[in-house]
Amino acid sequence: MATTLPPALPLVEVKGLRHFYGPPPGGHLVLEDVDLTLYRNEVVGLLGRSGSGKSTLLRSIAGLIQPREGTVTRIASPDCPDPSVAMVFQTFALFPWLTVLQNVELGLEAQKVSAPERRTRALAAIDLIGLDGFENAYPKELSGGMRQRVGLARALVVNPSLLLMDEPFSALDVLTAETLRTDLLDLWSEGRMPIQSILIVTHNIEEAVQMCDRILVFSSNPGRVVAEIKVDIPRPRDRLDPSFRALVDDIYARMTARPAAAVPMREGVFPGTGIAMVVPRVSTNTLAGLIEEVDGTPFNGEASMAELADSLNFEIDDLFPMAETLQLLRFAELRGAQLLLTPAARRYAHADVDQRKAMFGEALLAHVPLAGHIRRILDERASHRAPARRFRDELEDHMSPDFANETLRTVINWGRYAEVFTYHEGDDQFSLDDPQ
Amino acid sequence: MTSTRLPSFSRILRQSRPNREDAIAFVILSGLAVLVFRTAEGVVAPLSSLNLEPVTLGPRHLPYYALRTVLRMFAALLASTVFTLVVATLAARSRRAGRLIVPALDILQSVPILGFLTFTVTFFMNLFPGNVLGVELASVFAIFTSQAWNMAFSFYQSLRNVPSDLEEVCEGFALSPLRRFLRLDLPYATPALVWNAMMSMSGGWFFVVASEAITVGNTTATLPGIGSYLSLAIQHQDFGAVGWAVAVMALVILAYDQLFFRPVVAWADRFRLEQTASADGPGSWFHALLRRTRLLPVVLAPLGGLGRLLLALEPRRIPRAFGPARQSGTLVLRAGRWLVWLGAALALAWSFHYARSAFTLADVIEALGDALVTMVRVIVLIALASLVWVPLGVQIGLRPRLAERVQPLAQFLAAFPANVLFPFAVIGIVRFGLAPDIWLSPLMILGTQWYILFNVIAGASAIPNDLREVAGMFGVRGWQWWRQVALPAIFPYYITGALTASGGSWNASIVAEVVAWGDHHLHATGLGAYIADATTAGNYRRVALGIAVMSVFVLGFNRLVWRPLYAFGERHLRMS
Repeated sequence: MATTLPPALPLVEVKGLRHFYGPPPGGHLVLEDVDLTLYRNEVVGLLGRSGSGKSTLLRSIAGLIQPREGTVTRIASPDCPDPSVAMVFQTFALFPWLTVLQNVELGLEAQKVSAPERRTRALAAIDLIGLDGFENAYPKELSGGMRQRVGLARALVVNPSLLLMDEPFSALDVLTAETLRTDLLDLWSEGRMPIQSILIVTHNIEEAVQMCDRILVFSSNPGRVVAEIKVDIPRPRDRLDPSFRALVDDIYARMTARPAAAVPMREGVFPGTGIAMVVPRVSTNTLAGLIEEVDGTPFNGEASMAELADSLNFEIDDLFPMAETLQLLRFAELRGAQLLLTPAARRYAHADVDQRKAMFGEALLAHVPLAGHIRRILDERASHRAPARRFRDELEDHMSPDFANETLRTVINWGRYAEVFTYHEGDDQFSLDDPQ
Repeated sequence: MTSTRLPSFSRILRQSRPNREDAIAFVILSGLAVLVFRTAEGVVAPLSSLNLEPVTLGPRHLPYYALRTVLRMFAALLASTVFTLVVATLAARSRRAGRLIVPALDILQSVPILGFLTFTVTFFMNLFPGNVLGVELASVFAIFTSQAWNMAFSFYQSLRNVPSDLEEVCEGFALSPLRRFLRLDLPYATPALVWNAMMSMSGGWFFVVASEAITVGNTTATLPGIGSYLSLAIQHQDFGAVGWAVAVMALVILAYDQLFFRPVVAWADRFRLEQTASADGPGSWFHALLRRTRLLPVVLAPLGGLGRLLLALEPRRIPRAFGPARQSGTLVLRAGRWLVWLGAALALAWSFHYARSAFTLADVIEALGDALVTMVRVIVLIALASLVWVPLGVQIGLRPRLAERVQPLAQFLAAFPANVLFPFAVIGIVRFGLAPDIWLSPLMILGTQWYILFNVIAGASAIPNDLREVAGMFGVRGWQWWRQVALPAIFPYYITGALTASGGSWNASIVAEVVAWGDHHLHATGLGAYIADATTAGNYRRVALGIAVMSVFVLGFNRLVWRPLYAFGERHLRMS
């Protein structure tokens, strides 16, 4: 797709990258066979849901983690003999005990740049990024936007060839994020930053379309590149422009499209099968709210994910796990970018509390293997009690302790809501008895 | 930022014209320096000087004695800090070293320090025969053992909790290990370390008083200091001298708190990680004064320069190459691990052999029986102290203005070495003819009960206002209020305080179960008395047995009672 006009020289090449969580051998596969090349003079976006491994890829390129398999090569060229990278963090990662100036100088200090030159370069970066006057401030005195400017200045001052950005604007409020994005794009298009290329990780489609020349869409579990989209809209880009909107909708559709090979579609949404299925943390209130929304007037049981995200003010990141959970429980079906409620879900929308609980319980026991498993064990035992540790251990055979914990926690909450079993935190036990 | 560039030296001179604060700071600091040098002269004198200039009860010598004591405290603090920086960093950096060091620190925290004096005094006196330095070192070492373990433990825990994004920044910029330590690890761990050092220092006063005048068998070493002054006053039944000692002690604790720890705490506040500006950090008038001076930064500049020089001399680090992580030296490491196991097994076998030959079953049973008596004392005293201080502490904590005043007082009382007050208790017991087995017991908790009080105050002032409003709105009061509002809210804090108090009480039993006033000797049955008697008699075997039994009891108490309670509180009752 991107073969039409390759933008100049390659800068970084990633080949056959695979990575797992957990000790080798084995573990939970988070990145599967990722190949990508970053070229000069382009802004590339890695778009995907949280947990899709895009941050892992970014850290592999930064050299912060060693991928289990595959290579990351920085390609030298005559005018750039030693390509380097620097990173901007979602959490800003500023040292609270250093001033703005000292934070910016940190990387230069590590490179043993002499004090006068360090000062000059740091002041220039601070000036460029619009932080003048704050040199002696400590991070805690700054607003979130200003803090991220410090993070940006700290990355730029070491003259990296490639600027890596890990969800750089997602911890900021909407207005601040927009200002920072525009400022960054201005600097970029005016060529005032000493960098060759930007790689930005995001889960915000509009942000990706606004900023990037090329968007790599990541699927999750395991993470791999499923689509590559060139953005040809001339800059500056207007969010309300029809071509902008069309592209955003198109990407929504691509992100929801399933690879044709995934035959057991419903089970295949979440990694693992049977009780080894990793279940995302979605509350029953959210599920009920989503069903009601789609059942309601504008949608009448069928909604496009893009419109739904707009009307609920959600990022796709948040919306997908919910929709997929509905699908798992057979309350909905995802067809492309369309979410269709099943008849059961429409009945649920109009049921009263007890009926809802009963319907949810039925679906839970039938379609979430772990819930069914717990209930079966409790039914079999005379005491109707079972330690949660046992199920956690079973889960940990298949996934990392964190995933196991989250999965169990979600199923506990669903089970409590549906009143199919109960759980006591104090002694970490499941039981069937009704709470008094 | 001005763009005028003067040569650096003349710029320093121009900026640093002394001001009024410089004058005040100069007077205070130079006064301290003269005192330190004057005092230090006595430390390296030949041992015979102790006999030539014996400790006398004239109050005019007391300031000098107090200084000697303070100097010992700071020497120990310095040693503990160096130990902490080296050992805790090693434990955090190397998984293998950590596996050995961390449990060792944990056990050492529970070992009764006072029992050690027997061995360390002999050891250090042999190290510097005929010089005061040996005895000084023994005393310093006693204080060191009361501070080092928990300081190192706290530092280790801080290092393990360094935020991962900051770690990634250091790695991304390829900061060398030394630079990373100075830029990230050390600043991050500083507030906890300072707080812990302050708490340990409070505990240290207790041991310095106990360790200055010590008799091991037929060796008696009396160092000039408040502790030996006090023991002399007790010998002579000089009531006035005891009063002087108490007053000077209080003044000294106040002074070191104001001139040393408050400034350091105020300074360390900048290293807190919280990213929001809080209006009221810890304040210190002396810190504020030092900050306003102009000369002091110039005087301290060489310190920063030293760090920079250290870093400049370090070879530049080659950025990490891409490739599989190196795995080498596994054979050597495996051999090393076997050696450690072998050593441990040999040590165990040797101790067993020694124990077999040195003790009869009757010895062990006697020590265990005494330990049970002391344990009953500790439990009853903790319960009594809780009954008194929990309700009071909650009431104080709920009144912020009162808490503000009482909190420093409680911390001061915790720092005040309670053994200074023992004579008063003895006089009372002798006069009224009370049973020492019962009435000596409160002395064990005299100094440690304050930990319960100030932790409960801290817990009560941390109860969120909305919870109190809810309780008020529904008219929750009486027992229900205690059961459902106050007690659960302070529980984690209370456990922290009670744990410290109980450990301290075990330790204090060594000096509290045998107390004298002139020729009145009061003696209670218990493990503390067992160890104290064995020390006076110079019976090393019994001392070792007593220490071992007490360590086992304290460790068991911590593992079986306090840890589970603490974990329960953290899991279920921690706010937010």
